[in-house]
Amino acid sequence: MSNAPVDKGRRRFLTVATSVVGGAGAVAVAVPFIASWNPSARAKNAGAPVEVNIRKAEPGQLIRVKWRGKPVWVVRRTPEMLEGLSKVEDRLRDPKSEQPQQPEYAQNQHRSIKEEFFVAVGICTHLGCSPSYLENGMGDHVDGVDSGFFCPCHGSKFDIAGRVFESVPAPLNLAVPPHYFIDDNTILVGEDKGQA
Amino acid sequence: MKKLLIALVTLVPSLVFAADPAVPLDKAEVDLHDKASLQRGAQLYMNYCLGCHQLEYHRYNRTFEDIGIPQELGEKHLQFTGDKAGDLITNNMNSDSAANWFGTAVPDLTNVARVRGADWIYTYLRSFYKDESRPFGVNNAVFPNVGMPHVLEELQGLPEKTYEERMIDGEMKEVYVGLKSDGSGRLSESEYDQAMLDLTAFLVYTGEPMLLEQRRTGWFVFGFLLVFTVLAWLLKKEFWKDLK
Amino acid sequence: MFKRFVEWMDARIPMTKTWNIHLAQYPAPKNFNMWYVFGFLATIVLVNQILTGIWLTMNYVPSADGAFASVEYIMRDVEYGWLLRYMHSTGASAFFVVVYLHMFRGMMYGSYQKPRELIWLFGMFIFLVLMAEAFMGYLLPWGQMSYWGAQVIISLFGAIPVIGDDLTLWIRGDYVISGATLNRFFALHVIALPLVLVILVFLHIVALHEVGSNNPDGVDTKKPKGSVPDEEKPKFKFHERFTNKKDVVDSIPFYPYYILKDLFGFSIFLFFFCYVIFFNPEMGGFFLEPPNFEPANPLKTPEHIAPVWYFTPFYAILRAVPDKLFGVILMFAAIVFLALLPWLDRGRVRSIRYRSLLHKLNLTVFAISFVVLGYLGTQPATPVATVFAQIFTFLYFAFFGLLWFYSKREKTKPVPERVTSK
Repeated sequence: MSNAPVDKGRRRFLTVATSVVGGAGAVAVAVPFIASWNPSARAKNAGAPVEVNIRKAEPGQLIRVKWRGKPVWVVRRTPEMLEGLSKVEDRLRDPKSEQPQQPEYAQNQHRSIKEEFFVAVGICTHLGCSPSYLENGMGDHVDGVDSGFFCPCHGSKFDIAGRVFESVPAPLNLAVPPHYFIDDNTILVGEDKGQA
Repeated sequence: MKKLLIALVTLVPSLVFAADPAVPLDKAEVDLHDKASLQRGAQLYMNYCLGCHQLEYHRYNRTFEDIGIPQELGEKHLQFTGDKAGDLITNNMNSDSAANWFGTAVPDLTNVARVRGADWIYTYLRSFYKDESRPFGVNNAVFPNVGMPHVLEELQGLPEKTYEERMIDGEMKEVYVGLKSDGSGRLSESEYDQAMLDLTAFLVYTGEPMLLEQRRTGWFVFGFLLVFTVLAWLLKKEFWKDLK
Repeated sequence: MFKRFVEWMDARIPMTKTWNIHLAQYPAPKNFNMWYVFGFLATIVLVNQILTGIWLTMNYVPSADGAFASVEYIMRDVEYGWLLRYMHSTGASAFFVVVYLHMFRGMMYGSYQKPRELIWLFGMFIFLVLMAEAFMGYLLPWGQMSYWGAQVIISLFGAIPVIGDDLTLWIRGDYVISGATLNRFFALHVIALPLVLVILVFLHIVALHEVGSNNPDGVDTKKPKGSVPDEEKPKFKFHERFTNKKDVVDSIPFYPYYILKDLFGFSIFLFFFCYVIFFNPEMGGFFLEPPNFEPANPLKTPEHIAPVWYFTPFYAILRAVPDKLFGVILMFAAIVFLALLPWLDRGRVRSIRYRSLLHKLNLTVFAISFVVLGYLGTQPATPVATVFAQIFTFLYFAFFGLLWFYSKREKTKPVPERVTSK
């Protein structure tokens, strides 16, 4: 064993270089482990956009479909319902839909593309229950309002455009999913128009 | 001792103990980079095979993407069962009635290339021949008494076993020379061979859809390992200088 | 900052102390050759199996209806699922490759001899558990080979007199291999056996670090206290735990020297490992058998059933015997004899370097027999192959008998006082 002087610089350089390259390798090995947690092809297929046929929807009717495992409502609103929209605005938290709970094309009073058809994710923004649709019975919960959505879990109330009333637990309006009209009778839920 | 000697003597010619397949298999020169071939293969599969044989572990949209077919075109021309783009490639055949029709459950073919190998498929598809004794009037040289009709007869025609008179050891003998189509199919022999190669390629693809990505990743990994190994070697040497 | 953190930790848990005792101030003989890398590699492969295994269970469905499809789901639908699966399946074979080489190293250099009998025994238990682990894991993909391989192996227990049939029934939990069997194998494969394996590996290393490593010369590197003059002692500081009672010679600290050497060995190993994963995951049908890409079918046996390569030496011994019970006994005896090696070898010289020509020959024949039996186990049992299997089974066992016989008065070469590295 000789005590030849150690080339400290070379040693440090090699240590750092090996550590950096080895570290990069470790990160690369982590990639498949992390990526495998992404939605699989099966999950993506199950979460693919859903077509909703609205040809047979009667005025006032709510159609429920499943999109990404969640209930999505399509409500064909009557003219009376639409008239009621402006009457409740002073009692709403976010009447102008300023919170990003809807795509741009639904950021209007009726929160939809066509006034008549309201599309929303039927999940309460409070703790994730699915509110009940009250076509006529909303008066029990909000004075002078005929129709809307009422969450049985904690009593949150929404108007017929899914806008949340004040002094209920839910903080936000109901979410409007991306959707568009393929033709007059069909809505595609889950995709914006023009998006492949 | 005698037994041992016999064993030693017989071992020499039969170093490989495995039995040879009954029919020599033709080599299938599959090229997974040849998208056109895979697309033709997919088309053949969807038209002629899917009616009975599912690819129940693989999806339409993945297939189209991997073999370079635009999704809309694929859905329009290759998806006949009314499934969604991301669905598995299945058919609606009831497996019980299938067992009645063919005498056996119809196998899924997603992994057939991994089970049997490409050469086997390629040869099998080209080895149907006329045999009136069988329920469907055909038999297969690679898979004797297979319970499957010659679905591709309209392409190939109906081959028959052909024999030739040949002089062997001074005697005229009938010698089996192979299968020859009666020429009633739409394709010539070489066209049919190419079509079957395409179909084989497609099944090789469904067996290992990740194969090209796997190889590509492998080369990257080798590149990385080369650098790392050199560094690890130098580092080890550097520290081991202490011990000199 | 870092220093204060270490101080804080050390006041509460023996962190630095453990690091020093087992790595930085752990004396390892300086003359290890490349055969000594396989222990490290086995540890790495174990970690690989545990990690990829945990990730596979995230998508695997342990039921007779869902298992096969879920493996295909992992291979196709899960992002990088194919890579995780190939890492696991290749890792299984790699585990046996490195373990077999590791064991052979021990046999060559007499690492099982006194005082390392327990290390060897723990190692043998690791080997046994590893075989059980691999066997149960192979059922999980629920392919044809999974099914029929398990069928054959479980039937072996039927050879046991009186209780045999009831025992196989109990193991399967059904009249055939079924979902019940799959579920219990799954539980054992993913929880019970890995736990045992990790504990055994821990004990293996604890025992090793108590007595210290052997080396290719088989010479003790811990001499009686006070027998070594100071100028002959290594210049490194070793932990007092090792130097208190003994004089340590010809040794270097495990860290950094052997860590770096092992790291280099590891990267060489990775070339082989990654070649299989990315270019040849089936390894010509030895790592993943073609019939296993077909779902299990209880009504149809594949034409030729062979276990995965790492079982084939023992399988060949089993088949070499015309009697079922005796075949099973002999197969287990093949492992038991290995475990008894510390007591069958009555010699005092450890390393093959200084042992008799007879011993060298004997060990070579043993190694060849093992490989040939492994090959024969993959082949159909033709009469010729069976005769060969019988010959090599005989040679396999002859190794132990001969060793016991000659080792007592073996003519050995003089063993040097100190290790003989450059």
